[in-house]
Amino acid sequence: MHREQHMKGILQRWSAVGVGVLVRLLARLVTAARPVWQGIEPLPKQRIYYANHASHGDFVLIWMTLPPRMRAQTRPVAGADYWQTSAVRRFLIEDVFHAVLIDRRPEQRQDDPLEQMGKVLGGGDSLILFPEGTRNTGDTPLLPFKSGLYRLAKAHPQVELIPVWIDNLNRVLPKGEIVPIPLLCTVTYGAPLALEEGEDKTVFLARAERALLALSNSSDPSAREGTQ
Amino acid sequence: MMGNVIVPAGLVTLLGVIVGILVLASVTGYVLQRRFSPQGDNEVIENLNQRIHSWWIMAILMGVALLGGRTGVVLLFAFASFSALREFISLIPARRADHWTLALAFFVVLPVQYVFIWQQYYGMYSIFIPVYAFLLLPVISTLRGDSQGYLERVSEVQWALMICVFCVSHVPALLSLDIPGYEGRNVLLIAFLIMVVQLSDVLQYVWGKLLGKRKIAPNLSPSKTLEGFAGGVLSATLVGAALAWMTPFSVLQAAVLALMIALLGVFGGLVMSAIKRDRGIKDWGHLIEGHGGFIDRLDSVVFSAPIFFHVVRYFWSIS
Repeated sequence: MHREQHMKGILQRWSAVGVGVLVRLLARLVTAARPVWQGIEPLPKQRIYYANHASHGDFVLIWMTLPPRMRAQTRPVAGADYWQTSAVRRFLIEDVFHAVLIDRRPEQRQDDPLEQMGKVLGGGDSLILFPEGTRNTGDTPLLPFKSGLYRLAKAHPQVELIPVWIDNLNRVLPKGEIVPIPLLCTVTYGAPLALEEGEDKTVFLARAERALLALSNSSDPSAREGTQ
Repeated sequence: MMGNVIVPAGLVTLLGVIVGILVLASVTGYVLQRRFSPQGDNEVIENLNQRIHSWWIMAILMGVALLGGRTGVVLLFAFASFSALREFISLIPARRADHWTLALAFFVVLPVQYVFIWQQYYGMYSIFIPVYAFLLLPVISTLRGDSQGYLERVSEVQWALMICVFCVSHVPALLSLDIPGYEGRNVLLIAFLIMVVQLSDVLQYVWGKLLGKRKIAPNLSPSKTLEGFAGGVLSATLVGAALAWMTPFSVLQAAVLALMIALLGVFGGLVMSAIKRDRGIKDWGHLIEGHGGFIDRLDSVVFSAPIFFHVVRYFWSIS
């Protein structure tokens, strides 16, 4: 019995690795996602990557554009309500992406999301976070940030906050469509942000939003740099 | 599968020549870097070495495809079309209403065109995109009732398909030509076209860097000069003449065809530059290190392939 479980564990781990490679290949084929490190280097420091959120695949693009060593130590924060609805989704989010699943319904949840994320940071891993809280399907570039980013910054001042702008993925698979359109996507990593002494929550969140939006302009296709 | 493929006489020699040229280029790049850019601070030399590195990869892929015969060549160019189409579509401001049109372009039109090419079904691959896709895709774009920017939207998708799929697919289409006395050697026609086009690009770059003064199209392609153009096209013509041994053409015919290919290649570069300027970008993508995107590397092939195909078909082929 014990041996059987052990075998099952190994099988599950290897299939998770295999599926991870497959997801990366597929994502590469569809988006050819390319990281742009702008005012920051891909160094293995402990970081919170916070990004705009327009599609369920957003964290995959950040995850795949990080160097492998950093990828292994970076965990996306995802909504349990969406990802726990089927066995396939649960396998993907837990075994392949090692996500931190949080319950977005305050009245029903048992675990405090901040505590869950704090535990991961305490273990030395980095996080991928979408401070808008939900997918932005409207015409505004960003929804107002939730306060979680501020509270994490306050509780973990040693962790760098990195704005990450994901460009074009919302056009790959607009809301309600099932077939993705292959389009080039870029993932722009910006200069780190830190909470200042005594900085107010709204001031800080507004600053974090501006830092993220500033990257969206520079990753506009019409401003792309080339060689010729 | 591989067992049935007979490597045509001349292909191995040609691949040897290409490897020789690339070794020479790599050595030159290395010496230049040692002398002028030891710290990696000379951008022109760094870019040159990136380009040479990418040339190795492209030449190896091309060599493997040519040795693999029809299936290899069709697969390679289908992939190139896919990558080029992905770059082109990324630049057009398609609306939500075009979602299915674009999905069909990628997942139906492109594969079907290459199936026709693989079947060597001339009657279909020469009209499938200009006739069927041209008429049917705009219908799909009307289905959601959005007419804003309609004419631009449908023309951009049609242009994307013509450039990235139809034109590119005429390179592997060369395999279907039936030239008496040249049976089983058609892959060398592909090699001839690609060698002339790409060497013409490289030689224009080299002549331009060495002697370039007078700009031809300062608004479209600021790096193009009269000296680079003339030197490149003329030396590409000589290259074509020197490659006559692997074609069904005489030396003079090969030179004339090479001149035509090189000129069309220049035009292709100009047209694709105009599109890039219109969209405010410098390169189509970043997938080929030092060169930009697939379209940046294919722009001259795009214009020369279909016309080279039809000229050879008209004057040399019996079917």
